[in-house]
Amino acid sequence: MIRINCPICGLRSETEFTYGEDASVTRPAMDESAAQPWLDYVFNRDNPRGWHREYWHHAQGCRQWLVLERNTLTHEIGTCRLAREDAA
Amino acid sequence: MTHYSAFSVFRHALRGNKTWGRAWRDPEPKASYDVVIVGGGGHGLATAYYLAKEHGITNVAVIEKGWLGGGNTGRNTTIVRSNYMMPGNTMFYERSMKLWENLSQDLNYNVMISQRGQYNLCHSPGQMDAARRRGNVMRANGIDAELFDRAEVRRRLPYLDYTENARFPIHGAIYQSRAGTARHDAVAWGFARGADRRGVDILQQREVTGYLWEGGRIVGVQTNRGDIRAGKVGLCVAGHSGHLARMAGLRLPIETHSLQAFVTEPYKPLVDTVISFGAAHFYISQSDKGGLVLGGDLDMYNSYAQRGGLPIVEHTLASAKALMPSVSRLKLLRHWAGVMDMSMDGSPFIAKTPVDGLYLNGGWCYGGFKATPASGWCFAHTIARDAPHADNAEFTLNRFERGYQIDEKGMGPKPNAH
Repeated sequence: MIRINCPICGLRSETEFTYGEDASVTRPAMDESAAQPWLDYVFNRDNPRGWHREYWHHAQGCRQWLVLERNTLTHEIGTCRLAREDAA
Repeated sequence: MTHYSAFSVFRHALRGNKTWGRAWRDPEPKASYDVVIVGGGGHGLATAYYLAKEHGITNVAVIEKGWLGGGNTGRNTTIVRSNYMMPGNTMFYERSMKLWENLSQDLNYNVMISQRGQYNLCHSPGQMDAARRRGNVMRANGIDAELFDRAEVRRRLPYLDYTENARFPIHGAIYQSRAGTARHDAVAWGFARGADRRGVDILQQREVTGYLWEGGRIVGVQTNRGDIRAGKVGLCVAGHSGHLARMAGLRLPIETHSLQAFVTEPYKPLVDTVISFGAAHFYISQSDKGGLVLGGDLDMYNSYAQRGGLPIVEHTLASAKALMPSVSRLKLLRHWAGVMDMSMDGSPFIAKTPVDGLYLNGGWCYGGFKATPASGWCFAHTIARDAPHADNAEFTLNRFERGYQIDEKGMGPKPNAH
């Protein structure tokens, strides 16, 4: 069982959260006209074996979006921040 | 090498079963091969087998980091079927079904194919419409499909929950009678033995750590036990495709997720078919030893861990209980997870990559086991001819930039939703 240290609610079980997606991909500028950056953004992933930055939603708690570091080999949890602070 | 037959069993029995030979060799690798296949699971071994059998390419090595069939080949729920309706998928999986039907004879190895049929249950009028459409596409392509109403499903599967307060009432089912199960280990072993007796070298306990390059082209692999040169390198490492592609500088439209499966304690014969629940992601069959084999949903977050979390254990068993209340007292005997290549449209890749000398077979999502024979057959064709067969022509890497996704479930680019 994964437990996530929500910055607002504290240490909670994974069942309160919903996995969002890979947080390392960034949307190209809206005036980007080349196809490749959009292709990379929508479809292609690093899919790392090890540490991974990802969005989780504390759907059954404070309902905040979080950015979590998690190890895909061991399920160890690293830092956990509010997504809006991470983006700032 | 012994040809397996009733006579050979009898002859060896008279000698106390002390003279059976190895089913395949454990050779020292040559310095160079025409083709090196990375991954000694069902798909890699089938590719080597069909390279030798169909294309006469026998100077082939299969490199496996662990032991044969120790990855997803040994971690699935052994279901085979060909009930796909998207162009690009339909005839590929039907090729696989046809190869399954004759595989034991072809390999001279009993893969225990059991065409016990498979039901996909429907729990709403909308699901019945979707099932009717799927069945019509299948039948238009010469694949067997039947649509049953609630009464017929109840007659055939009386042990499901048909009570008034069933959480998801059963409206009917779509049925493929040629679908069924096969013994997963035997598939890997049968292909290994068949490839080996045609001259293929199977190299176990040898992990690929990088590639050999010459002028921008891949000309071999580096392993933890020495370099091996190759004319062509084929990846059959589903679950780890992203990892091995990244060593070649490629980013793939794939995420790796873990999927769990379960076996209960042995029970008297109860489920003589394969049943897929339509309301949640859940499927059940019964092994020849009596254990009920259960499969569920992904853990939903990226993982290479080959173990799953408890929330999905609970979810899967709740689904089992909702569908078949009588299983509630059974104990789980074993439970495990495999790591899946979840592609962005839920369909696989069998194609040349943009890197010269490198070929990719991966992105199998939940559906790799049933595809094993056709996957090997089509990948061998693609490697030998440097061009895809018609049956895998759509399984390209560039289908996303061209807008030709094969999204059977209609979920969009969300790998964990397929």
